[in-house]
Amino acid sequence: MSAHANLERRRQAIYGWLLLSPAAVLLTLFAFYPSIATLWSSLFSRGTRRRPSEFVGGENYTDLFADPTFWLVVKNNLLYAGVTIPVSIFIALSMALWANSKISARGFVRTAYFTPTVLPMIAAANLWLFFYTPGLGVLDQIGSVFGLPSVNWLGQPETALWAIIIVTIWKEAGFFMIFYLAALQTIPEDLKEAADIEGASRWTYTRRIVLPLLMPTTLFIAVNAIINSVKLIDHLFILTKGGPSDASKLILYYIWEMAFAFFDAPSAAAMTIMVIAVLGVVAAVQFFYLDRRTHYQ
Amino acid sequence: MTPSSFVKLDGVAKRWNGQLGVEGISLDIPEGSFTALLGPSGCGKSTTLRLLAGLELPDEGTISIDGKDVTTSAASDRNLSMVFQSYALFPHLSVAENVVFGLKVRRVSKKERQVKLHRALEITGLLGYERRKPGELSGGQRQRVALARAIVAGQRLCLMDEPLSNLDAKLRNAVRKDIKKLQRDLGITVVYVTHDQTEAMSMADTVVLMKDGHIQQIGSPDDLYSRPNNTFVAEFVGAPPMALIDATAFASVFDNSATVGIRAENIQIVPSGQGRLRCVVTESEFLGAETLIGLDHAGASGLCVLKPGLAMVAEGSEIDIDFQDESLHVFDADGQRLTG
Repeated sequence: MSAHANLERRRQAIYGWLLLSPAAVLLTLFAFYPSIATLWSSLFSRGTRRRPSEFVGGENYTDLFADPTFWLVVKNNLLYAGVTIPVSIFIALSMALWANSKISARGFVRTAYFTPTVLPMIAAANLWLFFYTPGLGVLDQIGSVFGLPSVNWLGQPETALWAIIIVTIWKEAGFFMIFYLAALQTIPEDLKEAADIEGASRWTYTRRIVLPLLMPTTLFIAVNAIINSVKLIDHLFILTKGGPSDASKLILYYIWEMAFAFFDAPSAAAMTIMVIAVLGVVAAVQFFYLDRRTHYQ
Repeated sequence: MTPSSFVKLDGVAKRWNGQLGVEGISLDIPEGSFTALLGPSGCGKSTTLRLLAGLELPDEGTISIDGKDVTTSAASDRNLSMVFQSYALFPHLSVAENVVFGLKVRRVSKKERQVKLHRALEITGLLGYERRKPGELSGGQRQRVALARAIVAGQRLCLMDEPLSNLDAKLRNAVRKDIKKLQRDLGITVVYVTHDQTEAMSMADTVVLMKDGHIQQIGSPDDLYSRPNNTFVAEFVGAPPMALIDATAFASVFDNSATVGIRAENIQIVPSGQGRLRCVVTESEFLGAETLIGLDHAGASGLCVLKPGLAMVAEGSEIDIDFQDESLHVFDADGQRLTG
């Protein structure tokens, strides 16, 4: 009996490992190994022809902490994330609630909202260049009708980051709306009817029933939005290149600059490690704390 | 307003894109009664209930509840509760939160909410389940949560839309009795939609049988069973349903009758040559206390006879049957009942 059970257990174990192995191989190759390699290289100095790289421990990190540009970039990115994430989620939810209700031309509204998502970020940035360009841009054209002075939205430190933020929100809200729309469609119609009979107003129904039931989606979207707030920098290349005077520089752009413009790979690696650490903490909070408070069907 | 019509529907009609929903629905429901809307799928019974609930608005006719015209009122203004077929429990809320949802919306004080919640859970036997989510309950328990939610506010009218159809047969019997008892004890008026005639016949004071959006017959279960208005009612009500025989199939004593109906319990098997019809046995179904023998005859449909105990008859064998004229139901060519 027990010999059979043992054999069965071993077979199950082998089966399990076989099922795991493709994912394990791919993750190791493309995620774990690069992360560890990055961590390793961040501990070495930048090698030149005269001075080969040597182990320096945390020196690259202390250098970064002493670099005012690094702190400016961190501040920019925090502001960027702090505005784009809640605003795009809020807009996505509002649009989804609207596009899910019984309105005419519902199909058109949905398609219209989704269009920015289909565009590549580079194309979207080029599009927005037409809005922002001083003199020729649509914003200035409209402004001039009302006699407003020309504004160089992308060219001055006070407005450059905000211009970038708006492009990101415009781009992301439609994408997130699709998830909300899908989630809204899984909420049975009779919950609304039951709430109606109980005398719940539209607002009460939305707040007490719909929003809690959308929480898993919101969580998923929030994770995506946070990742995007670090990852999505394509439009910087077209619109501002991080300028003027680093006013719109985000952390990933700075990492790219370090690695491929200043050829300082160890500093770039150190920054990458810090980004990974921060994202890791955020993910842990989301999955261990928020997940427990979320209702999954 | 007399107590004899607590809920009143008068000539109510609802159509969708020209297609028939329900037509000419007139109903008087006395307070404290149990009314079942019965009929096959798509007959408009659920539509009637939704019109009553205010989830749909009628194209024609008026609806009044407790003497108040509510034809165009919102569902929440009609002072009624409803149990949905799917129960429509809020999946993210606990049992207690589900039950008091309506009270909270109506800003009932916390203390009163607790008292009412406790009472509703006590009645439905759900004490101890307050903190569970609907997903952690069995089908029968969810059903009781839906019931508790319907009775907690103490509304005098409760609408039920096939509340038992998601339960297994055994549980259905038990809950059926619970609902009936609940309705009696609380003295509430229940309008109950079902496609299961056993449910309707066993629970209701008044059964409203519908077909294709029209009411076929309103009456007590006994009325529907013993005095069916037409051949549809005759064939729908009863298990086994009434057999219909072409009047020309045997020497009839009725004038201008097209069809006669007879219930299985009124048919006797007689020795060969002494019966009024000779039939071929098509099947024998052992039901426990009796055996149901299906019969085939050229001029009849649904003919069968009950024999006590286990009494299987070989398929294909011929037997003669007899019946008394008094036990026949007579219908005209349009299927309408002719005599009392």
